[in-house]
Order: sequence, then structure tokens, then C-alpha cells
Amino acid sequence: MKFVAVTSCPTGIAHTYMAAESLEQAAAAAGHEIVVETQGAGGSEPMDPALIAEADAVIFAADVEVVAKERFAGKPTVSSGVKGAINNGPALIAQAEEAARNAPVGAAVPAAAPTGGGSGPALASKVQEGDSWGTKFRQWLMTGVSYLIPFVAAGGLLIALGFALNTIAVGDQGYLVTDAPPVTEQFSPTSLSDWAALCFQIGALAFGFLVPVLAGFIAFAMADRPGIAPGFAAGAVASAVGAGFLGGLAGGLLAGAIVMWLKRVKLPFAFSGVWTVVVMPLVGSLLAGGLMFLVLGPPIARATEGLTSWLDGFNTQYLVVLGVILGLMMAFDMGGPVNKVAYTFGVASLTASLDSGTDTGLQIMAAVMAAGMVPPLALALAAALRAKLFTPAEQQNGKAAWALGASFITEGAIPFAAADPLRVIPSIMAGSALTGGLVMAFGSTLQAPHGGIFVVPFIGNPFLYLLAILVGMAVSAFLVIALKSTRRAEETLLEAETAAGIVPVTG
Amino acid sequence: MTTTPDGGALITAEMVDLALEAPDKDAATRSLAERLVAAGRITDLDGFLADVRAREAQMPTGLEGGIGIPHCRSEHVTVPTVGFGRSPSGVDYGAADGPADLIFLIAAPAGADSAHLKILAALARRLVREEFKQNLRAATDPEAVATYIRTEVTP
Repeated sequence: MKFVAVTSCPTGIAHTYMAAESLEQAAAAAGHEIVVETQGAGGSEPMDPALIAEADAVIFAADVEVVAKERFAGKPTVSSGVKGAINNGPALIAQAEEAARNAPVGAAVPAAAPTGGGSGPALASKVQEGDSWGTKFRQWLMTGVSYLIPFVAAGGLLIALGFALNTIAVGDQGYLVTDAPPVTEQFSPTSLSDWAALCFQIGALAFGFLVPVLAGFIAFAMADRPGIAPGFAAGAVASAVGAGFLGGLAGGLLAGAIVMWLKRVKLPFAFSGVWTVVVMPLVGSLLAGGLMFLVLGPPIARATEGLTSWLDGFNTQYLVVLGVILGLMMAFDMGGPVNKVAYTFGVASLTASLDSGTDTGLQIMAAVMAAGMVPPLALALAAALRAKLFTPAEQQNGKAAWALGASFITEGAIPFAAADPLRVIPSIMAGSALTGGLVMAFGSTLQAPHGGIFVVPFIGNPFLYLLAILVGMAVSAFLVIALKSTRRAEETLLEAETAAGIVPVTG
Repeated sequence: MTTTPDGGALITAEMVDLALEAPDKDAATRSLAERLVAAGRITDLDGFLADVRAREAQMPTGLEGGIGIPHCRSEHVTVPTVGFGRSPSGVDYGAADGPADLIFLIAAPAGADSAHLKILAALARRLVREEFKQNLRAATDPEAVATYIRTEVTP
């Protein structure tokens, strides 16, 4: 077949040309001809109209508006962002083949008709083509969780700030911020308790998005854009029936599966636009939302209730065991899926406890955050104490790791673990487990879902909390230093070379 | 023909860092930009970094397959220049499949003419060729890397 394409990106010096090259490679590999017009910063030569007339399909790989798009009117068109073309040229070429085959012969189709891929800047998904179902399942959940975190941070911290400001304003005597009248009815710029109410009420609304966002972006990861509306709808239903996070997970997976199934329906090209934009969201939302309301939601709501009362029934001994397990998980992959499972459990417990007014969930959240702060801090400490055991690059990383650990960004430990996983990961798991257990034993609580050292005002029992972190840090740092000191001299040399890039390493 | 029209080479050994270690993309970009400042290619480090960040904020420049291409057109750039960093432990530039180990800091002057931009376009095209990436991953010497990149983008 013959294709024409336009590539275009905001700066016009890199992605435009990478996308062009990628499409040319993919077209050549599939045995097609392609001519690409690169609308870059250097200006572009408009392609010969004869080429457009002959082309079987048009590909737009653009993040900014294509110049003189009307030249391509009436052609079967597929669109994506430039990154889509760079990362997966063959898929775009395959879509163009399909669009060309489905095009009604001789009939003019408006070029602006939305097509399977949709147009405009692409949302990021963590899903890779060709992975196994197990891997995909994990990527779907990770995509949902990654879009969830900003809502957790914004909503959760505003809620915590509301509580804190209100305590400063009215002390323990006055009313709770949860009982404050809506700020539309009462707000005076000079009243601190009104500011507290404002923070709390914004935070509560933002927090209300948690479950819908989780479900919506799980469905997005599974079924692309048409999955978003059914996913959000299923998540909102999960919230409404009290099915919480578990309901959100189930609703997102359900909505994604339904839309994946709807996408398999083959339609004439002329209908594909209305199918993608109207029918799939409508039918998907109806089916996913209906099943959540009537079938899946109620049992999950009962299970969630059960989980909450089960957690609240825990005595301290069991909570310490739970803290140890969460600590091991937080340190195991430093921001990866296992860490996120533990973190999501912490946030779910926190929200359940904020609703029910009990402390157990707040303790779980406290243990999760403390355990997540330990790995970067411990490695920073070890690098400061025994610089000789670390490469110059690691010593640099160590300085940044203080700040990352203090902000509860466990990922700060990754550079150390990547260079020497067998010594580093067991050491930080030991320290995080100890910290998790100690926080539970001390009975510290946390009312914010994130923030590290900066949310100390929202920590119940802060001194013992910090002590638990310091103990975990010290133990991990000691273990790392001890393990690194035992390796033989030749090994040290080899690893230094690897870290310095003299010996190429992969991954 | 391994230089840009006004005599400044696109890349020299001083602009290559084969052991780039940085906690995040801002630090990695800054580290490469400092090399460009030292080579006289950038007149105002902070102004330039602000331009790069503005571009990065539109959409992350990480690409699948371990590539990060922070870039911008900026008033603070004198000659089209690329700084290259190879990071053994990787730097997250926001690609879906993980951190980047090959990082290209592409600096274009605000008023670059089309001859300049053609060289940068040629570089961009090489970035999606497997062989180019493989050679850069296997290289051991900054001088050789700079020579290789210059040769590849020669029209």
C-alpha cells in the first residue's frame, strides 16, 4: 500500500524526526511505501498533492495541530501522538492498513473523523504490548495506582492540613473540622478555622475521586480511551455502594474487560468514530455500572466492612506482625508493585479509619510511611559513614537520598540496590521491617497519606515515631556496611568498573 | 564536514559522560548542561535549564528502549550542540517502560537556521535506529563516542 504521514511536535527538533524515521522503518519492514512530511522547526516542504491523491491512508503522528490538514480530507486517517509513532511504528502502520481496507471505495470520509487510536496528546499507560497476562494484570493495576497517587497527595494532605489548622484555631474545645458548615455559607478570610474548613472541604472532594480514578485508569490501561468513562462510572458506583478500594479494583477490571470486548466488534469504517466516542462509553458504563450496583458491589461492600472490623479487632501483637510484613514489602522493591500494594493497603486503611473514627488504619498508614522512609535514609547514612565502600556516584546519590528518604520517596534507594542488590535489598528490608514493627508497638498514628518528615504535625506520638525510623536506619546502615566490607578485593574492583561504565551493563 | 556551519562541532569528548549518575532527570540534565556551559555552548545555565524544563513539562521526553532526550530551543544556546550521558543505573525521563540509560541533551539556538536544524534532525533520526543505540551502549571512550556521533549525522 501507499501511505502518507505528517509528524509534528512542540519543539520541532527531535520527536518530529524520530517519528518520521520510525514510520519509515515500519512501513519498509511491512512492504509498504510511505512519504513523511516533517513539520519541524526547520519548516517543512509540503508534499506533492499527487502523493496524497494516490495514498491509501494518512497517518498523523502529531502533538501539535497539523499544518494544512485540509489537504488530507476524505482519506482514511489514523492519528496518534509522536511518541506513539516512535515507540510503536509497526502498530500505527497496521492501523493504517486496516483503515485503508475498511474505507468505502470512492466515498469521501471526513478526515476529521475520530478513529480507533484517538487524536491529541496520549495519556501515559504502563502497559507494554506482548507481555504475558500476569504481567499485563500487574501493569493495569500499576497504571491505576500511578494516576491515583496525585489525588491521594492533594486530597489527603489538604484533609490533614484542615485538621491541623482547626486544632490550632480552636484547640480541643471547639467543634471538629468535619462538622464545619460549608464554606459557601460561612467563610471569613480572617478566621483560621474557616481556612481549616476550606482545606478540609476541598481535600474531602479531591479524596472522593480516589476510587473512580483508580477504576477509570485501570480500565484505560486495559481498553485505552474508550475504557475511561465506563471505568470512572464503575468506580463511582463502587464508592456509592460502599465497596471502597476493593470495589474500585473490581469495577476497573470489569469495565476494562467489557470495553475490550466491545472493541472486538468489527464495523464499517464510517461507523467507527461514533462507535468509539459514543457507543462504547455508553454501553460500557451501563454494563459495568449495572453489574457493580446489582451484582459485584454489595458483596464487596460487605467484605470491605469485614476487613475494617477485622483490622479494628487486631490487638497490638498482631499489629506488630502486620507492621513487620508491611515493612518488608515497602523495602523489597522500593516503589515497585510490591511496595505499591503495601502503600495502597495503607491508604485504604487510612481512609477506612478516617470514615469510622478508629485508630487502627492510622497506625497502619504510619507504619507504611516510616518503613518506606528507611531505605534511602539508611543508605545515605551508610554512604556518609563509610564512603570508601561506595563508588563516587553512589556517594553523590547518598546526598540526594537524605532528602528523598525524608520526603518518603523510597525510590531514592534504587541506585544503590541496582548496583548491588544482594547486599542492599536484604539490609534495607531488615531495617524497614524493624521500623514497621516498632511503629505499631509504639502506637504512633498518621493522618496523612504521604509527606515524610514534613507531615510530622499529623503524626500521633511523633518522638517515638522518629525513634522507630532512626532505629531502622541504623540497623540497615550497619548491615549494608557489614555486608559490603566482607566482599573480596577483586570483586570491589570489578564492581567499581561496572558502576563507572567501563564494563557495559544491561538493564 | 563534522562541524556545524560556524565551526563549533556538534559534540566533542568533553560533552560526553559515560558514567552519568543522577538521582533524577533534573539533576542528570543539569550535569550534562554544565558540560555544555564549560564548552561555551550555553551562556546562562539556569535560563537554559528553565527552557528545558518548560519543554519537559509539556510531555516527558523519555522514550521506550532506555532513551531520554531533554531538549529545547533557547536564547541561551550559542551553537547547536548535543551532550551525551550514559547512566549505568538509569535516570527516569518518564518513559512507560522505565528509566533511560542513554541521555541526549539537545540544545538548539532560538534563531537556528535550517542548516543547523538539519543536523539535529539527522541526529533525531539515528535515535530510533537499533544499531546506533547498540554502538553507543558498547562504546568505552568519550572521544570515540563524540567522533561516532559526529560522523553519523554528517549530511
